[in-house]
Amino acid sequence: MIAETGLAALWLAATLAALQLILAWIAVARGDVRAAGLMRPVAMAQGALTALSFALLVTLFLRSDMSVLLVATNSHSMKPFIYKFAGTWGNHEGSMLLWVMVMSVAGMAVAMFERGLDRATHYATLGAQAAISLGFYAFLLLASNPFARIDPPAPDGQGLNPLLQDPGLAFHPPTLYLGYVGLSVAFSFAVGALVTRQVNARFARAIRPWVLIAWILLTIGITAGSYWAYYELGWGGWWFWDPVENASLMPWLAATALFHSVSVLAARDALRAWTIMLSVVAFAMSMVGTFLVRSGILTSVHAFAVDPTRGGFLLALLAFYIGGALILFGLRIGTVNEGTRFNPVSREAMLVANNLLLCVILGLVLIGTLYPLLTEMMGVSVSVGPPYFNMIIGPVVLALMALLIIGPLARWRHDDLKSLLRKIIPALVLAAAVLISVKLIAGSRIGILPLLGLTAAGGVALASIMPLIGRNLRRTPMFTWGMVIAHFGCAVSMAGMASDSAFAVEKLVAVRPGTTIEISGWQVEFRRVVPVAGPNWTAMDATLAVSRGNGKPVLMHPQARFFSDPPTPTTESAQLTAWNGQLYLVLGEELGDGRWQLRLWWKPFVTFIWFGGGLIALGGLLALIGRVGRGWLRGRARERVGEWVAPT
Amino acid sequence: MTAAAIQKTALKGKHQRLILIVLGLVAVIGAALLAMSALKDQAAYFFTPAEARAANVEPGRAIRLGGMVVPGSLKRQADGVTIRFDLTDGKASVPASFSGITPDLFKENSGAIAEGSFDEAGIFRATNILAKHDERYMPREMEGIQYDATTHKVETTNQ
Repeated sequence: MIAETGLAALWLAATLAALQLILAWIAVARGDVRAAGLMRPVAMAQGALTALSFALLVTLFLRSDMSVLLVATNSHSMKPFIYKFAGTWGNHEGSMLLWVMVMSVAGMAVAMFERGLDRATHYATLGAQAAISLGFYAFLLLASNPFARIDPPAPDGQGLNPLLQDPGLAFHPPTLYLGYVGLSVAFSFAVGALVTRQVNARFARAIRPWVLIAWILLTIGITAGSYWAYYELGWGGWWFWDPVENASLMPWLAATALFHSVSVLAARDALRAWTIMLSVVAFAMSMVGTFLVRSGILTSVHAFAVDPTRGGFLLALLAFYIGGALILFGLRIGTVNEGTRFNPVSREAMLVANNLLLCVILGLVLIGTLYPLLTEMMGVSVSVGPPYFNMIIGPVVLALMALLIIGPLARWRHDDLKSLLRKIIPALVLAAAVLISVKLIAGSRIGILPLLGLTAAGGVALASIMPLIGRNLRRTPMFTWGMVIAHFGCAVSMAGMASDSAFAVEKLVAVRPGTTIEISGWQVEFRRVVPVAGPNWTAMDATLAVSRGNGKPVLMHPQARFFSDPPTPTTESAQLTAWNGQLYLVLGEELGDGRWQLRLWWKPFVTFIWFGGGLIALGGLLALIGRVGRGWLRGRARERVGEWVAPT
Repeated sequence: MTAAAIQKTALKGKHQRLILIVLGLVAVIGAALLAMSALKDQAAYFFTPAEARAANVEPGRAIRLGGMVVPGSLKRQADGVTIRFDLTDGKASVPASFSGITPDLFKENSGAIAEGSFDEAGIFRATNILAKHDERYMPREMEGIQYDATTHKVETTNQ
């Protein structure tokens, strides 16, 4: 009954979404207050029903109900609890249900909490959200039913891909999905604003928290995913330019551009059309990402099953919504009043340049990701990997970092170029000092991109905190702190990336237990290898005692694991984090003569990459708290003067 | 600075929109051109051994070579971490070498894709090896390659 109830709840939620769309139509077109009043409960019921449906699917997984096809093909009764739970979304249908659930809960939140929009735009936004949800309900119910039964029930499940059997699975996909779907809210806002022609600063202030939430979650999701891939795959890399990674990076780039342009719209009422366009692009990138990952046209650990009809369905949804939004954009944007003008040397102009560079990066990633798919249609198989992306995107990122030094120091409306340049002199001096000292120390060992990366990181690190100079720190608004911390995080992350690519040391050996290996000042004593067993795997577990200088030895345990369901070998790397980097060990295979293969890396400051990512997300969070707090105060003030009445 | 002065230095509205559009277009077109030229040099094409022989791939060019590991050809060097093997598509075979930890399912008689380039001596220096990981995670190009264990025949249905 659980599965049937879950399916019924989904159908009911889909019906409510259709109703919400109709109500929105009536409310906006006729100004019908009764229709508008019904929308809130409908949106809430929809959110509750999908949440119920998702909870029921989780229950099925926890109970290992093998009469449900999805559980039988993706779970196993012997699996540890957390993977039964997280395994709910470790497959196509479950992850799409998660997507739909997040989407309708987000719709519910917009219905309940959004106070900044004028009424008509709010209704139109809810209508747009219902319209997108409908497409995804259809996709779920018609092409990816998570509740399908099998008869007779399977004796036991086929298990979960061992690469996914990691605590990371519990956090990484939900965070990313929240981010992806958060951008659907931005999209709905944009469509709503186009419908009512209310593209203005008020609209920007209303959309900003939603964009920020989505962006923060995407930042966390990408950072966590990068670290997960880094330790789980055992390849020592933290970003592989895999199409699926790019699928998460592209919405992030668009969202980054979006909230910068939203801040221009909110502060200066400029960049109206551009902001709307970016909202559409950001959600388009979410959908492209979902299409790439879920259609099975890519081979990757994320592609669960190859099913052309699903790919076609998603592509049709993408074309329908994005095409529709672009047509609406084309029809309406002429009637949207042009925003305020600004000067070529001003904060606005800097943010325009930021947007341009981010969009260029987005375009380059998109082309590199889709190119293999295009050539494959012509019968040529190519892969586009790190050489392309690093070579072509590296310089643009450096340009963006250079802009990051000067941009936040520029004044709104108009600034004087000379005084602006004077302000950045300390940052340029520090950057030059970094450049010279790194070049002197590293000599010809360091490539041009990592060298410039460290240089830029130095400059940005100093420049990013300069907006605080001369201010009363206690009275500095929260969102300024957010900006400073996020920009500083960019410098930290960039320093980690450059340091890893310039200074990482790798050693590949085959040694007998008892041997001591030296790598970058570390003494790695290879003690023994013993077989061990986990709940659903067995492994060869190596013990290595590592020490540096006169330090106490620390034991590290890389493993070669073998999972029983499905039978798959995996590599479990071991990391030791020091203040200035990470030691990374991988156990290979045993050779006939008693030697074991070992792969060792010393990665100086590599942890800065994720630490910086965390700072960027934290900055976003502070900005969000600052903005929402101020918006709330403003809303209260408005309520008091009776200018604004809550939609009921 | 007075408001009048700001108005004076600020660009005229229509011009501003035009300049923004032109800037955007230049950026987009520039990025596209940059991407295309980089793709021409950096995209790694997929070859089977016979295709690689026929195309006479120049040394140093990054490609991906896919085929079956010839039975009896997989030899480990004394250092314990370097292997030599031959890849075949049934029509031609190519000697290859690789230093590193091989994927768990990399073995003789099974399919693999080697990423790397040919050296001057015609040996394929692999920098990375992809093997079928399990039935759900398989390099795309391997889907069309089948190996018959009794007749030692390799069939490719790719292209």
